[in-house]
Amino acid sequence: MAAPVLAVHELSKRYGSQQALAGVDLEVGPGQLVGLLGPNGAGKSTLTKIACGLVRPSGGRAEVLGRPAGSPEARAALGYLAELFRFPNWCTAEELLRFHQRLAGSAGGEAERHELLELVELGDAAGKRVEAMSKGMQQRLGVAQALVGSPRLLLLDEPTSALDPVGRRIVRELLEELRRREVAVLLNSHLLSEVELICDHVAIIAGGRLVKAGTPEDLAGPAAVEVETGSGVKTFAGAVREDAPRIVAELVAAGERVYRVEVRHSSLEDVYLDAVGGQTG
Amino acid sequence: MNGAQLRSAAAVVGLSIQEGLRRRVFLAVLVLTAGFLALFALGAHFAFRDVDEFANGVPGVLDAHAFTGATIFGLAMFATLFLGAVLAVFLTLGVVRGDAESGLLQPIVVRPIGRTTMLLARFAGAASLSAAYVVVVYLASCAITEATGNWSPDHLLGPALGLALGVAIIAALSLLASAVLSVTAQGIVVFMVFGAGLTAGLMAQIGNAINSDSLHSIGRVASWALPFEGLYAASLHALISGTSGLTGVVLQLGPFGGSEAAGPGLVAWAFAYLLGVLALAAFVFSRRDL
Repeated sequence: MAAPVLAVHELSKRYGSQQALAGVDLEVGPGQLVGLLGPNGAGKSTLTKIACGLVRPSGGRAEVLGRPAGSPEARAALGYLAELFRFPNWCTAEELLRFHQRLAGSAGGEAERHELLELVELGDAAGKRVEAMSKGMQQRLGVAQALVGSPRLLLLDEPTSALDPVGRRIVRELLEELRRREVAVLLNSHLLSEVELICDHVAIIAGGRLVKAGTPEDLAGPAAVEVETGSGVKTFAGAVREDAPRIVAELVAAGERVYRVEVRHSSLEDVYLDAVGGQTG
Repeated sequence: MNGAQLRSAAAVVGLSIQEGLRRRVFLAVLVLTAGFLALFALGAHFAFRDVDEFANGVPGVLDAHAFTGATIFGLAMFATLFLGAVLAVFLTLGVVRGDAESGLLQPIVVRPIGRTTMLLARFAGAASLSAAYVVVVYLASCAITEATGNWSPDHLLGPALGLALGVAIIAALSLLASAVLSVTAQGIVVFMVFGAGLTAGLMAQIGNAINSDSLHSIGRVASWALPFEGLYAASLHALISGTSGLTGVVLQLGPFGGSEAAGPGLVAWAFAYLLGVLALAAFVFSRRDL
């Protein structure tokens, strides 16, 4: 595997008597889209904030492209959208991106601003003031802002929380485009279906600890085929979609009447609920 | 600080100025200042006219014209310092904790600019605007007393620079307060500190007048602890440093704060104090989780 863009080792953070993170290990490789899941207060935002230098860890280390998180080199390589963010109400989308280009030292100019606004489908809102935008538009502008300067790592904390289904689709397509461009993304989200749909890797945190990690397919439990017959519902554990015709044929041959066939998986939601043990923040 | 950081700092200063323009802060300040100067001009006109009529042909040990000019200009100095302090505080209001709590700060400080450069840029923006403001209002007040009463201070530029450095110190104190306090608490604390400084100056002057060494010492120590007051007292003193006799003595007890000559090292101390406050603010900010 290529050297990770974000590497977190034994990371811990304590706020007074509260342990927010307790020895978390996590890596995000180039072009990898990692979903970070967990109940409220699990430590997801703290981990993201440590990665971009907003919060100092109590122990362990976090590195971006091999440089300590929070160092100028690390900050230059990342883009970040906070869960709770605000942009100056009086400035336009165009002005905000221009300001961030100057902060990021981006030489992209007008072309970059135009491309980013088009990417988040705000091309027509370049001259619109932030105060005149809906929360969803502001969130998409936030994603565009995070992409200024073509970062190698994108840290997104609940980037779709204020978006309607169309807005979510726009961000989803954008994330897929970023994957094609080899941008590493760490995505904090409560939307399990969204994470399942687009992430290559999922990490579940609960109580400040990493309780489960892997690809969505790995995490999902063994499949099963469920058949409703005249003598009741029969479950064929371990069977996959391709086994369904054979199972039905065998049941019919054995004289059973088949009324319904369903191919079942253990969903990410099942895995998540199992991992966090019903915790909620 | 490298070139990239300087460009980023310039962007932050530019954003602060743009914000002031867009939010019509400067327009409001301009209108209020024009109102103050118009009222000041009217007051100065009548004060000089009436005192000249009153003192006309009456020989006295008190130079009524100089007394009026210095007193009314002292009022202008006090108002200028107050308005400059208000501007400095409002331009730095919530710069650290307030902006962090509202989510305005995080997108900026994760950029390579870094926290210290960001803080210094915000200070540079607020301090330069506030300092420029007090110098302009001071010079406008000078022009008014010259035009209405043919009176001008004994030293022209020294007091203006003293006031400018004073408001820069207030901006730095406000920035430090913003790193540890909520927005409301920051505003309250900085204005209380400002009031305490001016009160300390008056205490020192009262101690001097009633020959109380203890009171004078307490006042002087307090005003050195808050050197914007020492600079203000020195600026007031410089206005009348060439005025002698009873007029000079009475004017030193002026109603708008005690005047006192700048002791040796006051300006150097004020600059060191300013740097110390900024360093402390940067240190507190660098340790803060956002």
